[in-house]
Amino acid sequence: MTLTDFQHLMPLLILTFAVLVSMLVIAVGRNHKIMYVITAVSFLAAFASLFELRDVGRYTIEPLLVVDGFGVFYIGMILLTALLISMLSYAYFEQREERKEEYYILLLLATIGACVLVISTHFASLFLGLEILSVSLYALIAYLRTRERSDEAGIKYLILAAFSSAFLLFGMALVYASTGTMEFAGIATAIANFTELPLLLLTGFGLMIVGIGFKLSVVPFHMWAPDVYEGAPAPVTAFIATVSKGGVLGVLIRFFMEVDGFRYPTLVLIFTIVAIASMLAGNLLALLQRNVKRILAYSSIAHLGYLLVAFLTGNQMGVEAVTFYLVAYFITTVGAFGVVAMLSDKERDAEQLEDYRALLWRRPWTAAVFTVMLLSLAGIPLTAGFVGKFYILAAGVNTQLWLLVVMLALNSVIGLFYYIRIVAVMFQQADAEVEMEPRGRLRPSIYLASVGTLTILTLLLVYIGVYPTGLLQVIEGMLAVATP
Amino acid sequence: MILVWLIVILMAGGVLAWISGKINRALPRWIALGSVLAVFGMTLYLWLSNPIPVLDSAWLIQFNQPWIPQWGIDFRLALDGLSLLMLLLTFFLGLLSVLISWREIQTKVAFFHFNLLWVLAGITGVFLTMDLFLFYFFWEVMLIPMYFLIGIWGHENRRYAAFKFFLFTQASGLLMLLAILGLYFIHGRQTGLYTFSYFELLNTTLAPEAARLLMFGFLAAFLVKLPVVPFHSWLPDAHSQAPTAGSVILAGLLLKTGAYGLLRFVLPLFPTATVEFAPWAMLLGVIGIIYGAILAFSQTDLKRLVAYTSVSHMGFVILGVFSFNEWALQGVVMQMITHGLSTGALFIIAGFLYERLHTRDIQKMGGFWTTAPKMGVIALVFVMASLSLPGLGNFIAEFLTLVGSWQANNWLTVFATIGLVMATIYSLRIMQKIFFEANRMEQALPDLNAREMLIAIPMVAMILWLGLYPQPFLDTARPSIQEQLQAYTASPPPPVAMSQLTPQVQLTDTIRLNQILKASRHDPD
Repeated sequence: MTLTDFQHLMPLLILTFAVLVSMLVIAVGRNHKIMYVITAVSFLAAFASLFELRDVGRYTIEPLLVVDGFGVFYIGMILLTALLISMLSYAYFEQREERKEEYYILLLLATIGACVLVISTHFASLFLGLEILSVSLYALIAYLRTRERSDEAGIKYLILAAFSSAFLLFGMALVYASTGTMEFAGIATAIANFTELPLLLLTGFGLMIVGIGFKLSVVPFHMWAPDVYEGAPAPVTAFIATVSKGGVLGVLIRFFMEVDGFRYPTLVLIFTIVAIASMLAGNLLALLQRNVKRILAYSSIAHLGYLLVAFLTGNQMGVEAVTFYLVAYFITTVGAFGVVAMLSDKERDAEQLEDYRALLWRRPWTAAVFTVMLLSLAGIPLTAGFVGKFYILAAGVNTQLWLLVVMLALNSVIGLFYYIRIVAVMFQQADAEVEMEPRGRLRPSIYLASVGTLTILTLLLVYIGVYPTGLLQVIEGMLAVATP
Repeated sequence: MILVWLIVILMAGGVLAWISGKINRALPRWIALGSVLAVFGMTLYLWLSNPIPVLDSAWLIQFNQPWIPQWGIDFRLALDGLSLLMLLLTFFLGLLSVLISWREIQTKVAFFHFNLLWVLAGITGVFLTMDLFLFYFFWEVMLIPMYFLIGIWGHENRRYAAFKFFLFTQASGLLMLLAILGLYFIHGRQTGLYTFSYFELLNTTLAPEAARLLMFGFLAAFLVKLPVVPFHSWLPDAHSQAPTAGSVILAGLLLKTGAYGLLRFVLPLFPTATVEFAPWAMLLGVIGIIYGAILAFSQTDLKRLVAYTSVSHMGFVILGVFSFNEWALQGVVMQMITHGLSTGALFIIAGFLYERLHTRDIQKMGGFWTTAPKMGVIALVFVMASLSLPGLGNFIAEFLTLVGSWQANNWLTVFATIGLVMATIYSLRIMQKIFFEANRMEQALPDLNAREMLIAIPMVAMILWLGLYPQPFLDTARPSIQEQLQAYTASPPPPVAMSQLTPQVQLTDTIRLNQILKASRHDPD
């Protein structure tokens, strides 16, 4: 590796370095605040180093990685999200008894995994990235060991993720067997002449889709999501819903654009079915839930279905739509779980609908933030979610995927049911006149960290919803160089 | 720029009202009153300073500012006679809504006025915008605050009603969004210019099949909002559960956005498809007129009763719109205004009664004519308006609509006229049950106080003005109606629509109209 290679991998190196430093610091002495600062600073530094790479064009680090506009944008998105999550985590873990310092190491590691995913251009780096991400998540999910559900969630995720990795590996092996290469570009040239996929290759792709599908928690590979969302600590849930899924989606887009998988009707059919099933199952099952974290889990399944609609258009506009929607979805999801984290107490997370009754009159600001987040998930104007949904619909109509587009519209309506139900619960009058809750249960500095993060997220969401031009320009500019 | 101010003042007023609630409980009311008064004054000024019949173009003011240039979305506002009338109605009713909430709303006052002003802002946006993306945007913006108005300050079954209202309108709105996108891409492919501008999209040539599908997308949103009979079931719930101000805005304004959408978008965008669909639409209209009247007659809940009369009256709107002639469209515009006033007034009276008696059940009322004569007279005026007594605005509206629809479809017009007879029956029943018969109430019924008279008298004055001298309103609406009908030139514009009704202005008016007609024919816009 040359020096320029290192320069192009600077964000990853910074994070790796931060992990090492963190471990040493813990060895010297445990201090939550110092760990938190190290994490936040390293995320910020890694993000700052991305500005060097903005106009990178397409820089390949043979044979594993490629740094291009697409990758840089996705890394940036992942880093910022991880930063916000770490800010929320600080307040969340501060009030809990567990040893909290290792949490940040795992968070950093998982973020590295996701970053590797979005710049990988080879099966080996793909798998490495995925495993770094998954293994960190095993521990993160079960981090609060004394909690009732956390072991269940951790073990469930461990077993299913291991299974899905096995599927993925087997699929890769089959693809390798029939093409003789593990590089995306090599596979692309190897299958360029096929109009129809041979059976072996199709099986290979199919098995890989199973593996990827598990990570994305799309139907029919979604069973783990509600349990894991429910059992994991709220910030970790936010991480799974955003960074982990975003990273996997990034590599999926890169792979498919590279090998032009949209040429094959079989693959398109599979993804179409998966998308429709995810939208329908996610939204319909969410209707039956009374637990906010489970509702958000099913809603994220549905949102992955929406994203697949834009993905299926298979053109530049579709990729842009996916990216834009991801940004909106990241902000919204982190915000929503941030509210959950903020309302949670020592023993359990605020996950029952009952916990939110009359919230508007008890904690108006928190309730307002949550309302904005839910409305954005539902795709109501003035929020980023609306513009994102509009973009996806536009991309779908442009490519004339009428079935998918109509399903998306229909599902948006079903989705409204449960988002609005949460909002309605928050706006309900309390039975007795409730007092405003005292603010300073935590130390004010910690309280400010969460409130500040949520405020930033809300403002960002409304800003993108009202004036999306800026973000659109960035996305178009960065992604233009990415797709050949 | 003044158009932008209309929206900005309302939105800023809403935020200010919400914040000011922390300082003083009464402050939000005054802020709301002040902002609505300000926009009302501005609109009145616009109306008075633009002598419409002498302009060459239908458009009075335009405002254009790129918003999302990548997608060809502009912040494009424009005002013509139709929008102007709708805005006057919006702010007039908005003013009344603030006033009637003065005593009725006692909890969360600040948040209430925030929502009230934002609904008004959304409606203002809908009436002004000439960019389809922006139109959908405002179409949705008015939903959320309305949902809260019903869901928080409504009556006993409020959450169900709010939910139903939201889902119906949202679902139909999404279909419209799909149609808008379809239109956008078809136009973009044809001309290479991807834009949501209304004026550009008017020039799209559509294959009959595509036009039909897209038209149904738009119709879905507007027919649900209007509402037309199979899609009306949200309306009685929403209207009867909303607080008085909410009911007034729902009946007076939100329904009108549906009618406005039909006039502004469906007619000019899909001229051939609408002609095909017209008989069915008119049939739906007539079914609505009769069905609404029958159900109105059988209600015991006063607000539900008034809600069903809306269904009936809105039947005339769709009947008129799909007649495609100037008579009928003038009637529709008049109907939008007069129905907004008369139904709004009936809801306000229902609100007065509810404040005093805490019931909406007309079985329990009776004999209030002697105890509350002022209220009785006011109610009588608006009940008579609702059965379209000559001399009141509704008569002009329904008469013009029927004259127009007769030229389009004789038989359906005959059945629609039966609706007028049925309107008499249900309207008189309101008077009968509440103000005559024996008084079954033990508690005394105080008559209207000064504030309530302040609300009621302008409404009476307006409905009388509209009934006795509608010419200014018809003049204001005419150029834009002709604009909407341009695609239907096969049916020649009727000679001098209103001059026969008001003979004193006949001569000058004929000359003016001819000038306008000439001008609008030569004008490429």
